[in-house]
Amino acid sequence: MFRNVAELVELAESQNKKISDIMIEQEVKVTNRTKEEVLAQMERNLKVMEEAVERGLAGVKSHSGLTGGDAVLLQQYIATGKSLSGDLLLDAVSKAVATNEVNAAMGTICATPTAGSAGVVPGTLFAVQNKLNPSREEKIRFLFTSGAFGFVVANNASISGAAGGCQAEVGSASGMAAAAIVEMAGGTPSQCAEAMAITLKNMLGLVCDPVAGLVEVPCVKRNAMGAANAMVAADMALAGITSRIPCDEVIDAMYKIGQTMPVALRETAMGGLAATPTGRELEAKIFGFSLDKKS
Amino acid sequence: MKYKSVFDIIGPVMIGPSSSHTAGAARIGKMARELFGREPEWATISFYGSFAKTYKGHGTDVAIIGGIMDFETDDERIIQAREIAREKRIRIKIREEEALTDHPNTARIRLGDQNGEMELVGISIGGGKIEITELNGFALRLTGHHPAILVVHEDRFGAVAAVSKVLAESKINIGSMDVSRQDVGKMALMTIEVDEPVEDIVLEKLKMLPEVTQVTKIAD
Repeated sequence: MFRNVAELVELAESQNKKISDIMIEQEVKVTNRTKEEVLAQMERNLKVMEEAVERGLAGVKSHSGLTGGDAVLLQQYIATGKSLSGDLLLDAVSKAVATNEVNAAMGTICATPTAGSAGVVPGTLFAVQNKLNPSREEKIRFLFTSGAFGFVVANNASISGAAGGCQAEVGSASGMAAAAIVEMAGGTPSQCAEAMAITLKNMLGLVCDPVAGLVEVPCVKRNAMGAANAMVAADMALAGITSRIPCDEVIDAMYKIGQTMPVALRETAMGGLAATPTGRELEAKIFGFSLDKKS
Repeated sequence: MKYKSVFDIIGPVMIGPSSSHTAGAARIGKMARELFGREPEWATISFYGSFAKTYKGHGTDVAIIGGIMDFETDDERIIQAREIAREKRIRIKIREEEALTDHPNTARIRLGDQNGEMELVGISIGGGKIEITELNGFALRLTGHHPAILVVHEDRFGAVAAVSKVLAESKINIGSMDVSRQDVGKMALMTIEVDEPVEDIVLEKLKMLPEVTQVTKIAD
């Protein structure tokens, strides 16, 4: 069993395998199931992700009315052909947003690694597939590769916003996505780890400050930026750029930052954007009272 | 290693919006329901920490109520759980507690009917994964590193031997075992961490034992 990214990369490279192979093999061993069963379960998760993106791109609205419809706006903008950051990047962003808008509307999603960060991995996957034309199995492998990196973060740091801030959720998701993009694009296991490190470094210190305690503002837009961050970092790693700080040390830094983060900035709706005048106003409008008054 | 499966990371499939506050809460509720063994007539749910501050926005309350009615994390009925509970005449009380707990996402559930009561404390550690830290006042000492099962049984001779015999026959190795009881001859609890995944058929065999009143898998 791999305990950190260094071991994961070493396992893959010494056996001339992909990160996804190592994750699949470990899953088979730990859960005592066949490879086919494990792949089939991931295929079901992939299906849920596809349906969520589809639903989000058709347009959803959350119960609070705070979020919804932005994925549609982005798709319409891409269609004008005037986008500055590029159609593929914006496609990833819009699909990440689509998933998270469905999540905010209490729709069915697959947590990757959490619900609040569920947009980044499928958003990037469904965008890069248009360029890389992966097989069904390669798409399933994308999820195992991202899962392998998320597995290390979950066991050595945290994937909970309440425990480690949004860096633990959208930050982890972005790093996972970046690594998986690299593998799908033909990069090496080391390059996957570099992409993960580069992404995560740029998400460090990200606070979890949901307005009105809802997984909507700023969560949906953070999934957008997480997807963009993953795409850029994946390209950097594929270009041969490495992270000066090794991936495992970045994960450790994230853990320590999470521990020193004040409670007000860890999913309590007591600080950050939740505590802005507009944040408090929205909260009062939705619930008829302010969470601040109760604390 | 708290997380053992890739599906703890890529999954669960769930109703939004929060894996720890919605899916994790549903799982804590479902665990309480399984350990209680039947649909309760009433439930008192106490929220602590981040759960207490933000449960309304995350649907933590409806998720936990759904779990108590045996709904899975992806059951769309979770959204209407309060109405469904009302139709079933299950009395629900929600309490927001100020007390600080070890984990920011903590819930205490009391369930009951004419035949008995049960109390459980669960924490939601992220990504939909949960741990049960207390049952009927017994602190559960779980490392979270291995699959674990919880056996509620009558405190009498032979109970521990009967349970360990079933596990041995199923080729399951016990890594650690903790036995505690309320009083001599009263309800007792075995917390067993094992090395191999526990199939449902093993749980069924344990449930058939005369001394055993309830068996639940509390960690995979």
